[in-house]
Amino acid sequence: MWNYEKRLQYPIKISQTNPKIAQIIISQFGGPDGELAASMRYLSQRYTMPYKEVTGTLTDIGTEELAHMEMICAIVYQLTKDLTPEEIERSGFAPYYVDHTLALWPQAASGMPWTATVFQSKGDPITDLHEDMAAEQKARTTYDNILRLVKDPEVCEPIRFLREREIVHYQRFGESLRIVQDKLDSRNFYALNPEFDNPCGCQNG
Amino acid sequence: MTGQMNRKELLNHINQVSFAVDEVKLYLDTHPCDQEALVYFHEYSRKRNEALNEYARAYGPLTIDTASESCTERWNWINEPWPWQEGGC
Repeated sequence: MWNYEKRLQYPIKISQTNPKIAQIIISQFGGPDGELAASMRYLSQRYTMPYKEVTGTLTDIGTEELAHMEMICAIVYQLTKDLTPEEIERSGFAPYYVDHTLALWPQAASGMPWTATVFQSKGDPITDLHEDMAAEQKARTTYDNILRLVKDPEVCEPIRFLREREIVHYQRFGESLRIVQDKLDSRNFYALNPEFDNPCGCQNG
Repeated sequence: MTGQMNRKELLNHINQVSFAVDEVKLYLDTHPCDQEALVYFHEYSRKRNEALNEYARAYGPLTIDTASESCTERWNWINEPWPWQEGGC
């Protein structure tokens, strides 16, 4: 169950359109290290996660990623609002425009459509948490790359906020991994997979 | 304290206290026994709920649970701008 809250996690107000940079930033909507993939990754992994601290972390970070997806979409929307056909042609926005007009559609900067193949839900907490930590770093690198290309402070500020959240999430997933390992055999973390071999007792363990 | 704020200031206040709740919520997920963090959570959760109610009464609801605080004669949920629009945030 989810409820909508009618505000952005961090405010976005962009006065100058820029379709060129919108085509770069849209990658964090539907690209390989984007917010939609992040949310779907964590919200898919949580069902079989046997430790309540980690289930909570996956649920709450997966939910926050939806709010980040909304921020990215708000940025792209405001960067492409009320464009004229001349501006669309001049900025190289025409290939996107021909299929989607000025609507939002989850794709990478390259034009590749969003796909679940960019993430895993492997059913092993050590494997999944390593993937999650890597995902946060990949998103952080993407934001660093975006920040090297964007000069408008009205765009940079919310992007910097999103970048910082990747670092906090990485920290929380690192703690989650430590919690998982504390509950396993310290001589061999891989002696069993607690999402499969030991379905009972883990929640209390 | 929030009584003297205009609309923009009140929304900014909601964003700030809500962020404090978001941040400490994630921290508590992996540190559920941290009493100091728990006290912080309760303080900011209360501030957030008070401000959301106040905003709903003055300007319209941001959450469905505060919709009944706002004008009851018409469906206000769709009237105020959406957050990605001009005036929405």
